[in-house]
Amino acid sequence: MNDHIQRAVRVLSERFKAEKREFREQVTLVLTPETLNEAVRVLRDELNFNMMMDVTAVDYLGEEPRFNVVYQFYSLEKNARLSLRVPVESLNPHLKTIEDVFPGANWYEREVMDMFGIIFDGHSDPRRIIMPADWQGHPLRKDYPLGYEEVQFTFNFDEIDLRKPKGKE
Amino acid sequence: MGIEQKAGNLGIVTTTLEDVVNWSRYNSMWPMLFGLACCAIEMMSTQASSYDLSRFGMELNRASPRQADLMFVAGRVTRKMAPVLRQLYDQMPAPKWVIAMGDCASCGGVFNNYAVVQGVDEIVPVDVYVAGCPPRPEALIHGVMALHEKVRHEKLAKWA
Repeated sequence: MNDHIQRAVRVLSERFKAEKREFREQVTLVLTPETLNEAVRVLRDELNFNMMMDVTAVDYLGEEPRFNVVYQFYSLEKNARLSLRVPVESLNPHLKTIEDVFPGANWYEREVMDMFGIIFDGHSDPRRIIMPADWQGHPLRKDYPLGYEEVQFTFNFDEIDLRKPKGKE
Repeated sequence: MGIEQKAGNLGIVTTTLEDVVNWSRYNSMWPMLFGLACCAIEMMSTQASSYDLSRFGMELNRASPRQADLMFVAGRVTRKMAPVLRQLYDQMPAPKWVIAMGDCASCGGVFNNYAVVQGVDEIVPVDVYVAGCPPRPEALIHGVMALHEKVRHEKLAKWA
């Protein structure tokens, strides 16, 4: 852990009560949803983490809070990486957008919204980005069915064939 | 004893209308490329110099459906792509044919999940299925020739 990351950890822990986790020299800070926006602004303006690399989420099905939204930041000048995690409850999952700090978060947040159903309040363009607009459900949730096609053998070929959709001329 | 003998050297050939129309159709197909995944690479090499699809009267793969009568669906079709594919198929002037190239286009292949259409025959009628993952250019050419054979034997009742 280099000096720059140490400083960032210190500042965020003092101001926002962030909890530090470290795994194989990768530092993660766990924040509450309320402090996230301000913490990201401090990271950018004071601590020189000027690049937002990724926004994604994890579904810990069966636990509460169920979701973790994960943010990856990078400091081009100091060559330092820091990741932020925000736990989100499964009932009514909401989080404030960080689009006002990093405009590039727009599409990432749309992807998290599309795939996990976490709503980003204040987002300028809250549409689905990957799935079709009329899609039901959020595919990367752990309780989302994968989809299954029945295998046709000789003995049940006709029976399954009747149920399959067919393209018309 | 037909008209050929009586007419001598006048250069007249007798045949049926069915044969003439089918002959002109299968000898000059205009494919529309619909490259969606790795199968498209094999489709490109089928047209390139070593396999040379133009030997079969298919000089150009068009991106425009209005100038095409054969669609190669090369690759997996996602649910989001399906309406686009159907629209392009509808824009092709009749008569038109579809070749499902590769396992994904034929039956979903290894992608047995919510996002991929389990066979393009769910949305458009398919004439020839080419197996392989991806099929080699020879396999695609074999599929094309199978389609030629099919078009050659089409009946007047079907298109008139």
